[in-house]
Amino acid sequence: MTLDAAAKKSNWFSRLAHPGQFLSWSRPLVLPLAVLSALLFAIGLWLSFFASPEDYQMGDMVRVMYVHVPNAWLSQFVYGVMAVSALGTLVWRHPLADVAGKAAAPLGAVFTALALYTGALWGRPTWGTFWEWDGRMTSTLVLLLIYLGIIALWRAFDDQLRAARIVAIVTLVGAINIPVIKFSVDWWNTLHQPASIFTAKGPRMPLSILTPLLIMAIAFTLLFLTLHIVSMRTEIFRRRAETLSRQAALSAEAN
Amino acid sequence: MEHAVFILWAYLGVAVLVAALVLYVAWDARRVAARLKALEARGIRRRSAGKAS
Repeated sequence: MTLDAAAKKSNWFSRLAHPGQFLSWSRPLVLPLAVLSALLFAIGLWLSFFASPEDYQMGDMVRVMYVHVPNAWLSQFVYGVMAVSALGTLVWRHPLADVAGKAAAPLGAVFTALALYTGALWGRPTWGTFWEWDGRMTSTLVLLLIYLGIIALWRAFDDQLRAARIVAIVTLVGAINIPVIKFSVDWWNTLHQPASIFTAKGPRMPLSILTPLLIMAIAFTLLFLTLHIVSMRTEIFRRRAETLSRQAALSAEAN
Repeated sequence: MEHAVFILWAYLGVAVLVAALVLYVAWDARRVAARLKALEARGIRRRSAGKAS
């Protein structure tokens, strides 16, 4: 890489990292992302209820998969976003990294809770139980508790910069749970079915079931991206408001 | 539809929680924006406001 190219790349990265710049370029993204997400939800829901065939084993219960799998996928993806943000905070001290991590935590908690809720409703007719303390379900419950712990930790500190470092360390330690969730179905005997989409031989389901599943997964992912951008913008504004409040209090004290 | 109760409760639960999440995020954004606007209306400015947007 030439010096000129390196300088341009560094300039692009620092512009992206600047909260003020983020507020400028992220604003026009919110509405198109929200509209696209709503459109895909409409198509996905129609396919889920009216175009998807019954499964040869599960019958109509396959329709729960269209909301369960996207939420389960997001529960882990959002944690991945938080882990990368934690690295950004600790290693690169990226000014937006802790903002991204803090904004993602409540969203990840909701998606994880929904994965557990829909999984329980799927489990009752197919396995005969709402809950079983097996590897996949227990590690997903642990993930929800980690999310709640991280949210509580953010709220426990007034100094958000200090909180960012501590939360980043906790987030990285908690990341060990993600491969445990992923491989729990291979490592232990479990009621939960093994991976059926991302396998070495490709997806193990017909296109008529895979299509609504992928559309719903993309719709949920776009919903997350929309809410994450809005939450990051809110967090930046919140920090600005807190800075102004402190300045106002200091000026009042000086006078 | 077989097991319709479980399917409907699953979709209903997701719809309610997702709607609540969207409304909370939108409400929080408006609340914080209003607070910042009120502070700026009192003439309080960040020291770096002239340098960055």
